[in-house]
Amino acid sequence: MSAARPAFGASPIAWLRENLFYSVPSSIVTLLLAWLAWKGLAPFIDWAFVNAIWSAPDSKACRDVKGVGACWALITEKHRFILFGTYPFEQHWRPLLCILLLLVLYVVSAMRRFWRPALAGVWLAGLVVIGVLMWGGMFGMVYVENERWGGLMLTLLLATFGIAFAFPLSILLALGRRSDMPAVRIMCVGYIELIRGVPLISLLIMASVMLPLFLPEGVSIDKLLRAQIAMILFAAAYLAEVVRGGLQAVPQGQYEAADAMGLSYWRKTMLIVLPQALRVAIPPLVNTFIGFFKDTSLVVIIGLFDLLTSIKVALGEPAWNGFGVEAYIFASIVYFTFCYAMSQYSQNLERELARDRRH
Amino acid sequence: MAGETGAGVGADARRSPFSLNNPRVRAVVYQVVLVAAVVLGVWYLASNTAHNLEVRKIASGFEFLDRESGFEIGESPFVSYSAADTYRKAFIVGLLNTFRVAVIGIVLATLIGTLIGLARLSHNWLIAKIAAGYIETIRNIPLLVQLFFWYAIISENLPGPRDAVNPLPDVYLSNRGIVFPVFASHPVHAWMGFALLAGIALAWGVARWARARQARTGQIFPIFSVGAGLILGLPLVVFLVAGAPTALNRPELSGFNYTGGGVLTPEFAALLAGLTLYTAAFIAEIVRAGVLAVDRGQFEAAAAIGLRPRRAMRLVILPQALRVIVPPMTSQYLNLTKNSSLAVAIGYPDLVSIANTAMNQTGQAIEGIAVIMAVYLTISLSISAFMNWYNKRIALRGATR
Repeated sequence: MSAARPAFGASPIAWLRENLFYSVPSSIVTLLLAWLAWKGLAPFIDWAFVNAIWSAPDSKACRDVKGVGACWALITEKHRFILFGTYPFEQHWRPLLCILLLLVLYVVSAMRRFWRPALAGVWLAGLVVIGVLMWGGMFGMVYVENERWGGLMLTLLLATFGIAFAFPLSILLALGRRSDMPAVRIMCVGYIELIRGVPLISLLIMASVMLPLFLPEGVSIDKLLRAQIAMILFAAAYLAEVVRGGLQAVPQGQYEAADAMGLSYWRKTMLIVLPQALRVAIPPLVNTFIGFFKDTSLVVIIGLFDLLTSIKVALGEPAWNGFGVEAYIFASIVYFTFCYAMSQYSQNLERELARDRRH
Repeated sequence: MAGETGAGVGADARRSPFSLNNPRVRAVVYQVVLVAAVVLGVWYLASNTAHNLEVRKIASGFEFLDRESGFEIGESPFVSYSAADTYRKAFIVGLLNTFRVAVIGIVLATLIGTLIGLARLSHNWLIAKIAAGYIETIRNIPLLVQLFFWYAIISENLPGPRDAVNPLPDVYLSNRGIVFPVFASHPVHAWMGFALLAGIALAWGVARWARARQARTGQIFPIFSVGAGLILGLPLVVFLVAGAPTALNRPELSGFNYTGGGVLTPEFAALLAGLTLYTAAFIAEIVRAGVLAVDRGQFEAAAAIGLRPRRAMRLVILPQALRVIVPPMTSQYLNLTKNSSLAVAIGYPDLVSIANTAMNQTGQAIEGIAVIMAVYLTISLSISAFMNWYNKRIALRGATR
């Protein structure tokens, strides 16, 4: 419906008349909204930029302008803590390197020309390097137990490892749900619907209080791993439904052709069905990844030290108490950057794939 | 199972009924192995759990529900509760609190979301862009961060009750929450409730009669306005007959807080604001997709056969748009209900938060988790059952027309 309108660059006056002042009511609404936006934005700009305190050793200067100017000094002072949590201060280059490595991996995986089986190998190698860097204990690096991992690094780790393990599991679940074998199908449906029916918090609470009961005496796994397991099990159920959507989009003839060629079930699945199904499913998969990335923030409830928790802990210090609005705006910007990038990518990809299919 | 390949399998089966090369035999073997593995795994975990519980001297079972809870709950608007009550009652209070925020949230999110979805379709560039900006921003920030944000705004940035913000007469915003006047309780309120129910029943009857008459004679009855009149009018008549008691219960400052009036605690207000605004962004996209899914030709065709705009909307456009809108809307309602469990992070006493407290006090982790999961599964399954029924109804009506 926007096709009929002239483009922004054509003629500014014509564009204004066409899009903002095309009738008397619309002109009134436009002016009213513009006035309201100005009334709201001007004080916000004053607060966030003009009167803001950008850096200060303590919060005294901030308290003087409270309500008038934002206290970004909180972020400036605490940024190392927010990024890396309680990781040993002089070792911060290690998680920083890991963050950069992860970002490179994300970007590389986003490019279609790198979509080939070798990418899985690259990811595997990358995750091993990250594990070595984070834990240390070799190549002269001090060992850092994972209770001390934290901040943005932990958020990225939870999300990345979560998806890396949940994705293969979800493919198995989706295949199981479409299986001809009733026992397999019932179990997969039961699992998927059970997990999707309960909130993630209940799974996280379960992982933190119930999982220790499941294990034989003397065996214990730490809190980070328990939460990671819960998140993997959770993500797998949601991803499985997306993968199932992709599987359903593969035409019946493809299955029959593969059967006719005498391919076994697994060869048929690996060579014929999955390559087509996953390609269709990529945009919704990315959307599920976005949801999962946002959901990692829930670990704050079971006391894991992710980005949001470190911000809360920084706020808990008496010196910085009461600057929650600034802190959460900063957290929003960080999460938004990652999620918005992913969602734009997913929309572009959807357009590209749709174009390719038409050719 | 294996139905589509019946003939081939039959031939195989005749040749070697118990060979592993027979797909049917193989399928049975696979399934037996899988079921055995799962049963073994569950048995292993269960026996570990039983042993661990024994070692830690935790008695399993739901007997603890009848014990005294010993903790206070911040808000319980529907039933009176004190620390001397049982865990069972505490769970009920939590459940009611979950329902309270979920129901109000669903209604508000639907209204706001529809408005924003339509705004995004507006021909006015400014309205459309503001709506799009809202949707993009809200959808890409975790709900939990938004909840913390709203809670920080209310609890840190609003003044204390003594210098509360007073935007409307008798409405006060302070760091203790939002207080507002309510109608003082009066027996007529119960009668107005009955009148409302009677109005709904009458409107339903009239609608049936009108449909039958239209089928018989072709005459159209203005059922929408008459129905609305009955449903809203009857309670109004009762209200007026009782002498229109408009006495207000106003909030008043006494000491450090307000007494009287209605109150939204900071926790409830932050949770409701967060859930509503977050879900509204998703609903807006659903509504937009629903409206776009109806072909322009449908409007024109409806006009061409002489339907007035309102009837065209009700008979032609809405049934088609709703068919696209209802299924994703269901999952948004479910999401909102499940997301209300984030209340535990800002201290609103919902079911999860109370179960969490109870688990910490009693050590009855399995039972606590079981209660949470059972409740959410029940809610999920009933909402999806209701929506499936509604969806089927809409689809059928569309199909028979």
